Amino acid sequence: MVAGAFVDDAGGLTLDNVRTAASGPYLTAFVRSLQLSAITAVVGAVLGALLAWAVVTGAPDGWLRRVVTSASGVLAQFGGVTLAFAFLATVGFEGLVTVFLRDRGIDLFAGGAWIFELPGLVLVYTYFQIPLMVIVFLPALDGLKPQWLEAARSLGGSSWTYWRRVAGPVLAPAFFGSMLLLFANSFSAYATAAALVSQGSPIVPLQIRNLQTSEVVLGQQNLGRALGLGMVLVVVVVMSAYALLQRRTTRWLQ
Amino acid sequence: MSARIFRYGVLTVLGAFFLLPLVAMLEFSTRGGLGGGRDFSAWTSIADDRALLEAIATSLQLAVLTSALMLVLLLPTMVWVHLRLPALKRLLEFLCLLPLVIPAIVLVVGIASLYSWVTFFLGNSALTLIFVYVVLVLPYAYRALESGLAAMDLRTLSEAARSLGAGWGTVLLRVVLPGVKGAVLSASLLAVALVLGEFTLASLLNFPTLQVAINLTGKRDAALSIAVSLAALLLAFGLLLALSALVGRTRRSRAAPPLAPASQGDPS
Repeated sequence: MVAGAFVDDAGGLTLDNVRTAASGPYLTAFVRSLQLSAITAVVGAVLGALLAWAVVTGAPDGWLRRVVTSASGVLAQFGGVTLAFAFLATVGFEGLVTVFLRDRGIDLFAGGAWIFELPGLVLVYTYFQIPLMVIVFLPALDGLKPQWLEAARSLGGSSWTYWRRVAGPVLAPAFFGSMLLLFANSFSAYATAAALVSQGSPIVPLQIRNLQTSEVVLGQQNLGRALGLGMVLVVVVVMSAYALLQRRTTRWLQ
Repeated sequence: MSARIFRYGVLTVLGAFFLLPLVAMLEFSTRGGLGGGRDFSAWTSIADDRALLEAIATSLQLAVLTSALMLVLLLPTMVWVHLRLPALKRLLEFLCLLPLVIPAIVLVVGIASLYSWVTFFLGNSALTLIFVYVVLVLPYAYRALESGLAAMDLRTLSEAARSLGAGWGTVLLRVVLPGVKGAVLSASLLAVALVLGEFTLASLLNFPTLQVAINLTGKRDAALSIAVSLAALLLAFGLLLALSALVGRTRRSRAAPPLAPASQGDPS
């Protein structure tokens, strides 16, 4: 694939594919993909961390924890197409919430069909980003030793001091590492977007789908490969940063 | 005290956020026609939809075959590397985690031309997808098996078995396998969940699996596709809940989170 990104249709070497992939609609798609990933990574990380904390303060073998982790596993890894339909049933044109609000005189779609555009993708992606955060952040929270809280308390620190001076710094690498993982996850997600958006290609994976399935894009057979290369580069950078942070995490939390 | 209230607040708000779409799915799929009221025809027609049933059968076969192939390939390799070639451990880990870095949509681009050869030699069966699926499940399966192997004293046990005259086959089947039962179980269930939920590769390589069929159904019968989606989600949830109960029972201590993609491991 890497080789293909630099080859033209006749088999000669070229930079055109890469150049095209970094311009015009493709560049816009990359920017949108990055925006989508960044927003959902931050929102997912913050809300997911809160949820993970709420779960971890309960009983370690309790039903709450078991239900939440199982549900998170399903939503984060199995979801895909089904999640798109879940949101069509909720806030689609005839969805439960849409109809409910319409009966009360509020039009959800006054600003256009946002559910099929970037805002809709953000909403649906959040639905699998939060669970992923719960899954990857729970072990870090489990690693917090109760002795640290006791030590902080016995030295006269309040809960705020404990979170600010002890737990916060210890968890920070894990938190930001998980956030990077979330970023990579939504950057490379395809199924949900593909099922939700059937016309137009706002983000890179959908542009690639277009190039893979379209019969009208002539003379650009390797453009998809160049786009793929771009995606891999982004993910590699993100995951390398993740690996670095991970090393810091394991210093205190194991 | 305020922390308690905050905790319940978080649980309530996020719980509502996650339950609402599921409730909406139930409501949508049982919506009556113009007359209103409840109507379960979408749910009953799941059983009449031949294409959908075939897709479910295909996906189930894929799931079973993929996890079997994954175990056959990965477990002996990992045991061998653990015992004989510890220097290669890093490399193996790197190779197994590599699919995490390559988005499935990119994998399709690279693999599409390869698949015309696979189709040429093995026929146009959806089951040929197991080759890619094995690659896709590698990172998760590797992490599950690795935590299982790390928890047992592989070297001593296998040397004991060998010195008592056992062959490598016996060691694998009667010493290693029982020792990592929990890990094998969670690795295979992970593989099953992943395969049943996989859409990207199947759809772009044009194979009719469950998710592809759901997506296609959505274009003509929204209620039916939503009913199937909800059923699939609940089924997967049940599966994972059962898994967590099982794993919780077999390994109380040092239970690695079975579903964490590369959470603690460090890929570098």
